[in-house]
Amino acid sequence: MNFTLRVWRQSEHDAPGRFETYEAADVAPDESFLEMLDALNDRLTVDGGDAIGFDHDCREGICGACSMSIDGRPHGPGGGTTTCQVYMRQFEDGATITVEPFGASAFPIIKDLIVDRSALDRIQQAGGYTGVGTGPKPEPNANPISPEDAEEAIDAAICIGCGACVAACPNGAAMLFTGAKITHLGRLPQGQPGRYTRVQDMVEQMDAEGFGGCTNFGECEAACPKEISIRVIGRLNRDYLIGVLYHPRNPRGGMKPQ
Amino acid sequence: MKLDARIPDGPIEEKWRIWKDNHELVGPRRRSDHVIAVVGTGLAGASAASTLAGMGYHVEAFCYQDSARRAHSIAAQGGINATKDYSNDGDSLHRLFADTMKGGDFRSREANVWRLAELSTEIIDQAVAQGVPFNREYGGLLATRSFGGVLVERTFYCRGQTGQQLLLGAYGALSRQIKAGQVNMHTRHEMLDIVLCDGRARGIVARDLVTGETRSHPADAVVLATGGYSNVYFLSTNAMGCNVTAIWRAYRRGAGFANPCFTQIHPTCIPATAEHQSKLTLMSESLRNDGRVWVPRSRGEEREPGAIPEDERYYFLEEMYPRYGNLVPRDVASRAAKHVCDQGLGVGPTERAVYMDFRDAIAQRGEQEMASRYGNLFDLYEQITGETPWHEPMRIYPAPHYAMGGLWVDYSLQTTIPGLFAIGEANFSDHGANRLGASAMMQCLADGYFVLPHTVTDYLARLEQPHADPGHPAFAEVEDSVQERLERLLRVDGRTPASHFHRELGKVMLDACGVSRSRPRLERALREIPEIGKRFWSELKVGGEERSLNQSLEYAGRVADFIELGELMCRDALVRDESCGCHLREEHQGADGEPIRDDTRFANVAVWENQGRGAPPVRHVEELEFGEIKPKTRNYR
Repeated sequence: MNFTLRVWRQSEHDAPGRFETYEAADVAPDESFLEMLDALNDRLTVDGGDAIGFDHDCREGICGACSMSIDGRPHGPGGGTTTCQVYMRQFEDGATITVEPFGASAFPIIKDLIVDRSALDRIQQAGGYTGVGTGPKPEPNANPISPEDAEEAIDAAICIGCGACVAACPNGAAMLFTGAKITHLGRLPQGQPGRYTRVQDMVEQMDAEGFGGCTNFGECEAACPKEISIRVIGRLNRDYLIGVLYHPRNPRGGMKPQ
Repeated sequence: MKLDARIPDGPIEEKWRIWKDNHELVGPRRRSDHVIAVVGTGLAGASAASTLAGMGYHVEAFCYQDSARRAHSIAAQGGINATKDYSNDGDSLHRLFADTMKGGDFRSREANVWRLAELSTEIIDQAVAQGVPFNREYGGLLATRSFGGVLVERTFYCRGQTGQQLLLGAYGALSRQIKAGQVNMHTRHEMLDIVLCDGRARGIVARDLVTGETRSHPADAVVLATGGYSNVYFLSTNAMGCNVTAIWRAYRRGAGFANPCFTQIHPTCIPATAEHQSKLTLMSESLRNDGRVWVPRSRGEEREPGAIPEDERYYFLEEMYPRYGNLVPRDVASRAAKHVCDQGLGVGPTERAVYMDFRDAIAQRGEQEMASRYGNLFDLYEQITGETPWHEPMRIYPAPHYAMGGLWVDYSLQTTIPGLFAIGEANFSDHGANRLGASAMMQCLADGYFVLPHTVTDYLARLEQPHADPGHPAFAEVEDSVQERLERLLRVDGRTPASHFHRELGKVMLDACGVSRSRPRLERALREIPEIGKRFWSELKVGGEERSLNQSLEYAGRVADFIELGELMCRDALVRDESCGCHLREEHQGADGEPIRDDTRFANVAVWENQGRGAPPVRHVEELEFGEIKPKTRNYR
């Protein structure tokens, strides 16, 4: 198969970027999209050019490193999977394919297709944990968890932190990402202590990083490689509201003058 | 090189308690004065860094990925062992110990394995408290399943993504310590060397992968949790970035490298199909709980698998090993799969694959139950191959997966360099010549949460000079040598990309040091690999610049180290003139193809000491002593 690639090139954060056009010839249908880029990069390198920078690691759809939009869709065609699991058989022979970095103001470009997603780490750091240290713990079977609760928790906990939800959202919101962690911990007994401060801390960090708010486009759910349901945003909003109303972080703070 | 494992005296079940009762302590107020460098943020690194920070030490943590959460532990699928005996099938601490010793073909250190078995239950308690959503039974109690090489159900799991959930638990704990200021997290940083001051590890030199700047990071102790080196085979189940550089640089600076040839070839991976392929994907061993492995009985079978009647199917694992059936250990299953394919019974376009069939299990358990157990694995298989295991059997073949070998460590997980510790897959660890399924995560977390934080404390408490001196000339020297090597890689300026040499090395390694090994092939590899190295350093082409984000440069440095490692692996495999676990020397197998161990000559750990450029490395041995369990022929029939 043969393809024409339009790839976003940008040497560093502050440099101007532009689309460059490359030809990918004799591509096997079972080649993965990233393997096709590997071959292109080897050619560019040998010809004295600069290889296209892109994040990738596990290449089995679980590490969340790969982050590019293909023909305008985060993680490319197909849905329910990451860029590393996109295969060239999914494209039409002779097609022109546009490849861009995840676009979001909270994800500054580092180089070419590589963006800085450390804002997601900082949301996690703001409170995405149960807060127990290492040491002796109670016997886990003393605290049964219904399989339904465990299933709903894990349906949210499978988030791989890739940021496709942010890139897909017209508002650049990170609420699917944050909601997934809130839902995971909120459904488990271990997550109950600190449940309502956690949600306030994480939302505050989310806002501070410059992510937008959810207005129910639903693009996040459609782009999520792990098909996490937008219902997690409902849970986030519910817990946030309860938190702000009934569990304010500064209960003795008094009213602010209007 | 002096090898003293420093195993405490006393009965095996008391050793760890005795060690803990007698180790030196650092008081709570003194801990924040100490800086500990932890390299790698997988299960071992993240659990160690968060625990050390929780105790009050200051931790400088490093990972090459853009986030600590992306370390390759995330891809571990099947589960984690613990001897809770919730399934009431007669499990005990002794049984987990004995299974692990036997699984490793009696090439691991008893005292370490016992401690691992002892700590296994605490890991589950810890993980549940962190909110790790393990699968539950009806009624809400923790579910377990079985894994290869055992006859009990002691494996805890979160669907087919247990590694992800355990790592996110540890990453959460790490995140909390980053927020608290106890951990300074350096993402997109790659360790390129360690710094020794007066014989002690006192820091690392790392390259900032965004700016390209290399600089040293002083520390009072250094912990390497940098994973395994299966990418030496080019195609493996490892992530693309997994590399040997950190532990190889430590070896080059004097740390002993133990059993480098002990590498696990995992039986159930999606087979390689073409030259362009960059990686192999694992299909969890847990699938062998319900998947039946078979090939057609006759060669040249052209019917679809579903059309082949029962009596024309050769369920070779069930027939060869009736007691363990499809759940034999990985090395045994891999050899059997290779054997039937060598006989011409292989299936698929390359005829290097066997079927793993879920037809019977789906009929028996129903689709819903199967989806809860393996849903994401079935999806993954379908995405990659375009075929669905719900209707036709998977096609699988062995692929390089895990390194049992690694840096030699004593009972305290300290390498032969004082102050340099190695944990998780990076050390030679507790798995002997073959690791059992669901034991890697157990070892990573036992090391990181429960062992290393105490042994590092003991080390720091005993130091006469407790702190690294950042002004020591060694820092500048090592920085210069790292810089010089990066420039050298860029200067070669040939016409061949690093991937070419990597692929070539991988083929040599898989043939000579893969599922089976022989003297002539190893000797040939030992001639070929230095040739690859020579061509690498004269024909390589790395694009871009040093002081910028340059993934070609990162990769070339890793490949250079893999080439050197490959040679050491073949050397180790050649000297170990016996068969044991993963290491099948064709010269030493019985009529039935089973490996024949030589306990009189090789009941030991081979530890290699680097002698510098040009001189061959020296092999030392740590003799293994067996007091609790007597080595016997490993029999799974």
